[in-house]
Amino acid sequence: MLKDITLGQYYPSDSILHKLDPRVKFIGTLVFIIALFLVRGPVGYAFATAVLAALILLSRVPVKFMLKGMKAILLILIVTMLFNMLLTPGEPLFSFWILTVTKEGLVTAVRMALRLIYLVIGSSIMTLTTTPNQLTDGMEALFSPLKKLHVPVHEIAMMMSIALRFIPILMEETDKIMKAQIARGADFESGNFIRRIKNMIPLLVPLFVSAFRRANDLAMAMEARCYHGGEGRTQMKPLIYAGRDRTAYFLIVLFLAGAVVLGILGL
Amino acid sequence: MLIELKDVSYLYSRDTVYEVRALDHVNLAVEEGRFIGVIGHTGSGKSTLIQHMNGLMKPTEGHVFFEGEDIWAEKYDLRKLRTSVGLVFQYPENQLFETDVLTDVMFGPKNKGLSETEARERAVSALKDVGVGEKHFKTSPFELSGGQKRRVAIAGVLAMDPKVLILDEPTAGLDPRGRDEILGRIQRLREERGITVILVSHSMEDVAEYADRLIVVNNGKIPYDGSPREVFSRYEELEGMGLAAPEITYVMHELRRRGFPVDVTADTVAEAKESILKELKGGRKRA
Ligand SMILES: Nc1ncnc2c1ncn2[C@@H]1O[C@H](COP(=O)(O)OP(=O)(O)OP(=O)(O)O)[C@@H](O)[C@H]1O
Ligand SMILES: [Mg+2]
Repeated sequence: MLKDITLGQYYPSDSILHKLDPRVKFIGTLVFIIALFLVRGPVGYAFATAVLAALILLSRVPVKFMLKGMKAILLILIVTMLFNMLLTPGEPLFSFWILTVTKEGLVTAVRMALRLIYLVIGSSIMTLTTTPNQLTDGMEALFSPLKKLHVPVHEIAMMMSIALRFIPILMEETDKIMKAQIARGADFESGNFIRRIKNMIPLLVPLFVSAFRRANDLAMAMEARCYHGGEGRTQMKPLIYAGRDRTAYFLIVLFLAGAVVLGILGL
Repeated sequence: MLIELKDVSYLYSRDTVYEVRALDHVNLAVEEGRFIGVIGHTGSGKSTLIQHMNGLMKPTEGHVFFEGEDIWAEKYDLRKLRTSVGLVFQYPENQLFETDVLTDVMFGPKNKGLSETEARERAVSALKDVGVGEKHFKTSPFELSGGQKRRVAIAGVLAMDPKVLILDEPTAGLDPRGRDEILGRIQRLREERGITVILVSHSMEDVAEYADRLIVVNNGKIPYDGSPREVFSRYEELEGMGLAAPEITYVMHELRRRGFPVDVTADTVAEAKESILKELKGGRKRA
């Protein structure tokens, strides 16, 4: 659980997708999501399915890990499917008690479900093949034009990477303090709502104390190394596009074009 | 048998790429009244091992027994177990949270269901046991020095009056005087109250001095388990595991190598001194 969050859900491997520039992957994912909403008919979905399957194969991440994200949306998935099936007006397919399933409803439900599932798998491919740090670097680079509009892009990216770095540390700390208090007989599980909140005090106080101490230490360490914001700051590993990234962009454009055509034709 | 681990294995991050086997089919029995030292290099599984003893961690495989009962059986009262088996974590000062020292130490006894006055009595006596003076009772724990915080945290566990006291590196980051004082006080508590002590330590000198049984943890297994003398006699194998014997053992071996037939199994300075003196006196007589 700890390590899950440490690395997002990064799955280390050296596939071509892992090597791609994070910017390409970010834009690719965005395009894929847009495409999912463009296509409407069976041919369109077959196209998206084929592309997704190809990506999964290329990523060399076991499918088991792709499907992990599914668990989180299972409930949303079921609820959307049910509502779509029952509440869409149209030609009745069969009824049951006071509920009627319509043909249109069934089609919409399946379409929505596919969209949701592909959306989750599509973005999982990005997070499974990119470390959170690469991802923030990529976002910083992509959004850097906004600096002209005085958006503090670097600062936001820095905050994101620090937050990402601190989540596992704080999780670990929470785990440690919680265990230490349980060893002193603390009870975090039983009791009513107010009782439970009160029982959290022995956890929250030390947690905040340590979080502030860590934040303080970090600020001091950064200042000691002359950190003064984004102005004139360079990166140790600047993002540079390689040949494969250009190929990938080309394929992404092709994919988008295909999705647009299929969407317009309504296939 | 007080605590018994049977074929216990523990996997962190099970079923992921980061799976770590921190304990590997460990069998262990802890008798009452012992002072047990646990040594092993960083990441060998010591902390994981001791957290199984009071039910903070559930073994992936295997069983843990306390006074003959399986602690993971259906209706077992884990909270009661945790007040009987007190566990002081690495850097325990991070768990202090109350507005003053005395109230913080009272947290454990109160959770045990004792009344305010009883809890206060226990807390006062526990604080005295670890050497925290009355003048600190009303200060905020966050205003104490590192060593004082450590003592207060240990008192917080002692105040629950546990049958077994498990300490995970209680002296890490303390000066030599503070170290001797804390360990000395724990030793005394054990003698006075007959509690069982399990001490995880990176200091071979400390375990040699206080422990009467030594458990070596390596890669989640227990390769050696015996008296400190027995264990330290395998110092060459220990070195292979990133450990060592106490300095004095090396001195004794070197003396023996240079022709003084001293007792090489001496593992504390006091024992070594005795052996050397005996040798000197006996040697003089022989000459
Ligand atoms: N929360 C965790 N998640 C994943 N792996 C862990 C976790 N905690 C410990 N481990 C791993 O389990 C193994 C045993 O760790 P453990 O903390 O028991 O070692 P230790 O002997 O107490 O070390 P130290 O002397 O540094 O305290 C190590 O390899 C460690 O990396
Ligand atoms: Mg440890």
